[in-house]
Amino acid sequence: MCALCGVLGGAEHWTDAHDRPGAFTRNTGPIERRRERARRVILANRILRHFGLSLGDWQGSTFILSTPTGKTELVDNLAHLWGAAERLVGRPIDPLDQDFLDRLDMRLDLHP
Amino acid sequence: MSTNLDSIPVFLLTGFLGSGKTTLLARLLKNSAFHDSAVLINEFGEVGLDHHLLGRIDDTMVLLSSGCLCCTIRGELAFAIRELYSKRERGLIPRFRRLIVETSGLADPLPAIATIAADKVLKHHFRIGAVIATIDAVNGRKTLLQQPESLKQAAIADRLVLTKTDLCDQRTVMDVIDAVRIINPDSPLYDACDDRLDLADVLVEQSTPIQLPSGISCAEVPPGMLHGRSTSSFSLLIDRPVDWTLFGLWLTMLLNRHGENILRVKGLLNVEGTDRPVALHGVQQLVYPPTHLSMWPDDDRRSRLIFILRGVASTSISRSLHAFGLLDDGNPPGNARQRMASGQDILFS
Repeated sequence: MCALCGVLGGAEHWTDAHDRPGAFTRNTGPIERRRERARRVILANRILRHFGLSLGDWQGSTFILSTPTGKTELVDNLAHLWGAAERLVGRPIDPLDQDFLDRLDMRLDLHP
Repeated sequence: MSTNLDSIPVFLLTGFLGSGKTTLLARLLKNSAFHDSAVLINEFGEVGLDHHLLGRIDDTMVLLSSGCLCCTIRGELAFAIRELYSKRERGLIPRFRRLIVETSGLADPLPAIATIAADKVLKHHFRIGAVIATIDAVNGRKTLLQQPESLKQAAIADRLVLTKTDLCDQRTVMDVIDAVRIINPDSPLYDACDDRLDLADVLVEQSTPIQLPSGISCAEVPPGMLHGRSTSSFSLLIDRPVDWTLFGLWLTMLLNRHGENILRVKGLLNVEGTDRPVALHGVQQLVYPPTHLSMWPDDDRRSRLIFILRGVASTSISRSLHAFGLLDDGNPPGNARQRMASGQDILFS
């Protein structure tokens, strides 16, 4: 339960599926979960820097999305990340945008 | 689709007005193999009729007649299913093992799927079994062209049932099948008039491995279907194992911006670090928890992805996957672009 709002549990996102028979998830234990979150932050930042944003993990429970001027939003999971990022930069963040993809191509650095 | 195996599968029976949903449902309910089914019927109109046509009215049958499922009564849907479950647990009605929801012919199935998958109570007790769409062979092609609801129903279906094939000639039937295959290339398609049809094949949970033609491919376009805002299916193979973290970032980013127009995404993925395939199913912004299958369907270990797109060019999807490093150099975006140049991506207006 969230201590602040009293909401029981959170909506399960497919990238953080609960560990149960038949499901595929990296959410299989504390170490695996933290490792996946750390890697997600690294890769997300390599995308988000094209929009002047950065993402950080806060105690393994939420993510902090920030602009260079200090505006921040808390995001629970990837379902909320991109909407929050668009609000902070004030424009669409489109993975099909040609200019963005050209910049991404030039860096070719998504794989650590 | 979902993986909570202790929960009750919900089969969503959809299809445009007059496409034979109720007839199919009546056949299913007469079959003794499905006697342990609860039924929920949604009709558009103040006076419900469909439940009278089924020849069975009991406490495991619920009629929602206050509007179309997708726009007005999502709360009522959740309430009705909760009530059914409550009665089942209290022993007031038989312990049904599956729930069949017949939507109104005008309904977009997605809100019902989302209700069941996301409702805080329902998601723990029910899972989406499959979406079954009926398509009228006589009027189906015209309906798909003119009614966006019909197009979406067929696009996201896990099982397709062609009805009224005994009322038209073979050519008409083949035309409808061709039209359906453009927007839904891989879901099993059954002929309701075929005596050999085993209804157990229709009312079965989605688990069929995705079959794809080799290489990046787009569906063929029937003549006369080239219009502006298009719906199309697009499939591709990925040679190297998929980086799951990166794929998650990419797909969530894509669905955030274009989810309304990604009618369906299905995938059988070779994920880095695991020997077994991962099945992925999504309908617009909603992606089901991925399933870890026990084995590959064949010797081909490449990842397979199918997209059903509305107004989104397949080249832009493959270009984006390439830029993100998810498609390797063996599948350069130029290949898809070249195929696009022949106009194979534009199907329905």
